Amino acid sequence: MTATVSASVSASVLTKARGFGGLLGGGFTGFVVRRALGAVVTLFVLTVVIYAVFYVAPGDVAQITCGPRCSPAQVQQVSEQLKLDDPIYVRYLDFLRGIFVGHDYSTGTSVLHCDAPCLGLSYQTDQQVTELILNKVPVTGSLAIGAMVLWLILGVGTGVLSAWRRGRATERILTAVTLAGTATPVFVIGLLLMILICGQLQWLPFPQYVPFTEDPQQWAWNLLLPWVSLALIEAAKYARLTRSSMLETLAEDHVRTFRAYGVGERSIVGKHALRGALAPVIALSANDFGSMFGGALLTETLFGLPGLGRELVQAVRVVDLPVVVGMVLVTGFFVVLANAVADVLYAVADRRVVLS
Amino acid sequence: MSEALLASETPGAGATTAPVPASGARQFWRRLRTQRAALVAAAVVALLVLVALAAPLLTALEGQDPTSYHPGLVDSARGGVPVGPLGGMSAEHWLGVEPGTGRDLFARLVHGARVSLGVALAATLMQVVIGVAVGLASGLGGRRLDQTLSRATDVMVALPLMVLALALLAVVPSSFPRPVLVALVVGFVGWGGVAKVVRAGTISLKSLDHVAAARLSGWGAVRIARRELLPALAAPVITYAALLVPTNITVEAALSFLGVGVKPPTASWGQMLTSADVWYQAAPQYLLLPAAALFVTVLALTVLGDGVRTALDPRAASRLRIGTGRKREDGS
Repeated sequence: MTATVSASVSASVLTKARGFGGLLGGGFTGFVVRRALGAVVTLFVLTVVIYAVFYVAPGDVAQITCGPRCSPAQVQQVSEQLKLDDPIYVRYLDFLRGIFVGHDYSTGTSVLHCDAPCLGLSYQTDQQVTELILNKVPVTGSLAIGAMVLWLILGVGTGVLSAWRRGRATERILTAVTLAGTATPVFVIGLLLMILICGQLQWLPFPQYVPFTEDPQQWAWNLLLPWVSLALIEAAKYARLTRSSMLETLAEDHVRTFRAYGVGERSIVGKHALRGALAPVIALSANDFGSMFGGALLTETLFGLPGLGRELVQAVRVVDLPVVVGMVLVTGFFVVLANAVADVLYAVADRRVVLS
Repeated sequence: MSEALLASETPGAGATTAPVPASGARQFWRRLRTQRAALVAAAVVALLVLVALAAPLLTALEGQDPTSYHPGLVDSARGGVPVGPLGGMSAEHWLGVEPGTGRDLFARLVHGARVSLGVALAATLMQVVIGVAVGLASGLGGRRLDQTLSRATDVMVALPLMVLALALLAVVPSSFPRPVLVALVVGFVGWGGVAKVVRAGTISLKSLDHVAAARLSGWGAVRIARRELLPALAAPVITYAALLVPTNITVEAALSFLGVGVKPPTASWGQMLTSADVWYQAAPQYLLLPAAALFVTVLALTVLGDGVRTALDPRAASRLRIGTGRKREDGS
């Protein structure tokens, strides 16, 4: 019920947002503003949908939080403390207010304060969800950035190579390898690599997170294997994309003209075809933000890295709803942000986007 | 996205406007047959489906079942390592037994195929049904409905499938049978892509003459959707669905690997890998068998999906082969 109401509200907000964009004109600034407003509306819908899905029909949260040996009276007390009996929209507005102005929670004896972007308190530890998430960001960030650098180099490199050597043995081998890469789940390759390299050969330690600020060398050394595991799988996807979009560019008329003018093959592939192929790669990188988080989640759990993904898995296991909801919202926030930034970057590269 | 759009404009739409020599299905088979890799993949998939269907028969043949404990076959003094060479392989237990519990590994592997394929197919079906319904409603409905549904679709696409499925599994009651639950959750969160493809296809088809004619002659939205749009949308939707199946297999395995998907005693490949790293020295097949099963299944389904796409959209495929010196008759 709440979901449908707010959905129609958001639709009218959207029309207004479009109207604003129209007022600002069709120029580049107008486009950026329209895109930003669109992102804000999406984020708002996101909070409504997520809140509705997770709090409308939860299992017996009070019972789970309290523990299996609680008496019905104790369960009732927990339920009151967590305000589980309030109507859903009251709790949702409370939740929204928490995000913008913060929140005070009374536990009966004392008051717990939760600062402005407040996503609630963990049912399990009473820790602020925002703080909990912020503490984990460096770990997941370290994993993601290293892996991304690796897979872009590996993926685009492989794609360019197989487009360049098209029709030869090199291409066929690379195509087979990348196909195998896309078919391997990240936790399978990570598991095999960990057993082989850390267990059998003992070339690398079993990964343990060391903060960059503490010891950069140990940081990289410990993260090497998670980076490689995550990167191998993603690189395969990028290699396939780079190869196919390069081949498409190579089939275009202007490339034929270059050839007719006697431009060398190396220059055609390396300069002209690569430029055309990079746009879809950039677009995929932004769209991939979400699926990369999925991959990070598995990599972290597998290697025991204390990042966002492992935190989410643990929160799911103990039904710590504020942590789960906070985590999903923050992920969604970054995904929406990444997509908006990518759209703007695309528009910078190709102004025709602004007009459509 | 653009490929799917292209697909919706080429074979399907052509089939409704101009008379074609062969029926769509026959043409599809003819084009699929020319791809050797896709044929091999199709054979592998058929074999896997057969194994999954015949799992109870196969285990009866072996004389075991996937859930019975055999404490006598594991060495409890050494932490539950299987007794005997090669992880307890014997004439009774063809692939050895599971460390710790002594459950038969062959039985768990073939029953795992049921869970893997069953969950993935059910989830895909659900994604297609929801996606087609939302996409059609979005494309045919008014501006307001379209905007609302498009926003919802954007949100579903934006959120990572793994994260949303994982989070949802936390709040649904656990009394449900786990495989059904996983299929429902994955199906419920993964329909965004299908909806986008169908919406884009519907909007581009709407401007075509025969659809406009149907609208002007007063056909209702449902009739237009069924008679004019769905036949033309079949190609892009089938292509998309074919590539969703391997994704769903991976997602189910990942969820079970994390301990929130299919749980023991039900066997699932992902769940078998959860504790495999502890036992790899004593029973390497406990790690390698489910890993290989996952790899082969996902690979075969991906290759088959690529083949289906090529057969349904030969133009996209032949575009990629220009300049390679091995152009191919695509049958069109």
